[in-house]
Amino acid sequence: MSLRTPLGRVLGKGAAGDGVGHWWLQRVTAVALIPLTAWFAISLLGKQLQSYDAMRGWLGQPWVAVFAALLVVTIAWHSKLGVQVVVEDYVHGKGSKTALLLLSLFVHIAAAAAALFAILRMALV
Amino acid sequence: MNAPRPLSPHLGVYKFMYTMSLSILHRITGLAATIGFLALVWWLMALATGPDAYARAMQLVGTPLAKLLLVGFTFSFVYHFCNGIRHLVWDTGRGLERAQARRSGAFVIVTAVLLTALVVWLGCRALAVVP
Repeated sequence: MSLRTPLGRVLGKGAAGDGVGHWWLQRVTAVALIPLTAWFAISLLGKQLQSYDAMRGWLGQPWVAVFAALLVVTIAWHSKLGVQVVVEDYVHGKGSKTALLLLSLFVHIAAAAAALFAILRMALV
Repeated sequence: MNAPRPLSPHLGVYKFMYTMSLSILHRITGLAATIGFLALVWWLMALATGPDAYARAMQLVGTPLAKLLLVGFTFSFVYHFCNGIRHLVWDTGRGLERAQARRSGAFVIVTAVLLTALVVWLGCRALAVVP
């Protein structure tokens, strides 16, 4: 006989109360980042990095901008999930843990917003 | 709740294997990659701001300290990339035997070092051409 309630079983959230969502999203973003980061790194290494016009011209192309936007959002997401695990594992004070988790969340959202803004500006202006 | 309680065996009871350092290195390189991501965002913002801001940013990238950091970020990212694939393979239930995990760990380290060398070499070439 199970002591779990039918509702608890259906929701599937387990003892920690939030299920496998974090674990799964970390894998989904990891898989997405394999082609995205490989494409970005290989492309970047083939460019004249010192040339403003060359870099701007490259990142201004529609598909490059789209995949660069996907790249930065996915990195920010994956990174937020990873930093969260590290903080939860090693920071034990309740206040400092919450403060660090909030700080990490805000920094990641701000970084993603800035990167998206930069990419859109290069593609549209 | 502060009474001394029996503790379950922790890391200290195990004989050291290099796979342990590979495990913690995955977290350390992940954190380093987060700093690298912030640097990438800063670089994108400089590029979006204009030619002067980009020239200043690239001047900073050219300093010895920045170059050293770039090599560090490169290794961090490449290692995290390779070892991340190793973790994804583990998630499918494959490669978890002790001998297999040691072999894949050694493979990841060698691959990461070689890839870092390749990226640093290509990066130097990509940075060398001044318009």
